[in-house]
Amino acid sequence: MIWIDTLVQGVLLGGLYALFAAGLSLVFGIMRLVNLAHGDLIVMGAYLILVLVTLLGLSPFVALLIAMPLMFALGWGLQKFLLNRTLGDDILPPLLVTFGLSIVLQNALLEGFSADSQRLPTDALTTASVSLGPVTVGVMPLLTFASAIVVIVGLNQLFYRTSLGRAFRATSDDAMTASLMGIKPSNIFATATGLALVIVAIAALYLGLRANFDPSVGPARLIYAFEAVIIGGLGSLWGTLIGGIFIGVAQTVGAAINPEWQILSGHLAFLAVLLVRPRGLFPRAHD
Amino acid sequence: MALLATHNLTAHYGDFQALFGVDIEINEAETIAIIGANGAGKTTLMRSISGVLRNGPEMVRLEVAEIGSAPADEIMAQGVSMVPEGRKLFPSLSVEENLLIGTYGRKIDGHWTLETIYDLFPILKERRNSPGTALSGGQQQMVAIGRALMSNPRVLLCDEISLGLAPVVIKDIYKSIPKIKAAGASLIVVEQDIGQAMAVADRVYCMMEGRITLSGRPDELSRDDIHNAYFGASH
Repeated sequence: MIWIDTLVQGVLLGGLYALFAAGLSLVFGIMRLVNLAHGDLIVMGAYLILVLVTLLGLSPFVALLIAMPLMFALGWGLQKFLLNRTLGDDILPPLLVTFGLSIVLQNALLEGFSADSQRLPTDALTTASVSLGPVTVGVMPLLTFASAIVVIVGLNQLFYRTSLGRAFRATSDDAMTASLMGIKPSNIFATATGLALVIVAIAALYLGLRANFDPSVGPARLIYAFEAVIIGGLGSLWGTLIGGIFIGVAQTVGAAINPEWQILSGHLAFLAVLLVRPRGLFPRAHD
Repeated sequence: MALLATHNLTAHYGDFQALFGVDIEINEAETIAIIGANGAGKTTLMRSISGVLRNGPEMVRLEVAEIGSAPADEIMAQGVSMVPEGRKLFPSLSVEENLLIGTYGRKIDGHWTLETIYDLFPILKERRNSPGTALSGGQQQMVAIGRALMSNPRVLLCDEISLGLAPVVIKDIYKSIPKIKAAGASLIVVEQDIGQAMAVADRVYCMMEGRITLSGRPDELSRDDIHNAYFGASH
């Protein structure tokens, strides 16, 4: 029974990691850009929701609705005016710029909010639990997992059922030929990053409701996101969910054996997958 | 006034100059062919007109608009569409999605729709849900032409549409040219296959080493004229 509970908790934790990773996967899938500031943007999103909750007295879920368009605008501007300038044949410039952005964000958050841990306010809903047969699970982990599913289904619908999705895929395949078809790649990339930061805002909500956060926790979130994306196969959204679940289950199983092994187990599982499937479980056919 | 014209067009790849003062023009409902050997500058000329290579604004004109420095997406929006060399279909898109990408972000009125493209190339309707790159070379070329037509361009640039195709397939592809012309587009056809080019063109330009070496109506040009312009007088 304990093991069933452990597995269920691991799967639900995987939903959070999938949310961390979905934006990273989206950006990498479309423009092959590895955003090293992704974790710090999640933390920044959590602070943005915290500010909205504190200043306007809103529920964190309502604050998210305000944060999402703000994060979209931030992502759009960030890509259009900064990151697009770094794209090209050389992968080093975007890595260096996003690494620098990561440091800038951490220090700006430290300056603005201090190093004290913060947490989004919880209410009865966020602390409630429900019984699912033999196991009891928290409503918040269930909501997190459901949000991850909704995000990934939504992104898949966008990618495969809309003209914007076609433009995303065409630009990802060949930006120059896409521009010959009337698509402006710089705007497509900006829209993709804006969308990624909307997902970042959702991830930030659950990060802030689930645990304490401070300006220094971004890089660890980035690592989990990276591992989920790479396990799933670069650019595969469903693969990213599977990758998140894989890490979540590895962590909870490791913690059940010895609480000190929780984080280490996730990383070891990641390395094991890399050894067996270096391109991840669901690599894209065109890479 | 010409529909589209280049004026003293030059183009460079780094320090290497590929075009030297090229002047061509195409009128409404006209088909012109650009012929020349490998490395003559034909594809560079197409890339310069389509905005892949950026030039001085006055070097390319669409009627009175100076478009030489405009990016490819803006030039396409103004009515100049390109079938690129090598077809360049999007591998993650199906045949129909490849066609639809030609209409992205615009509401376009005109003759060319999915249905009229499928009338032009019926095989594409049968293969509409296949990945574009799973098709034969000839079928891929049909998709590439259809994709460019979906924007209902005023000028269609066709860069080496016979490249790598079997003669029987080339014949099928070239059968579509008069129909495209009849629907109202002007065409610039870049070809190494002189026979095909001469058969469809109202006028021909011959290029060698980045320069126009000959121009005229196909019936005005002798084999020797073309041979000399193609390979140089010393050959």
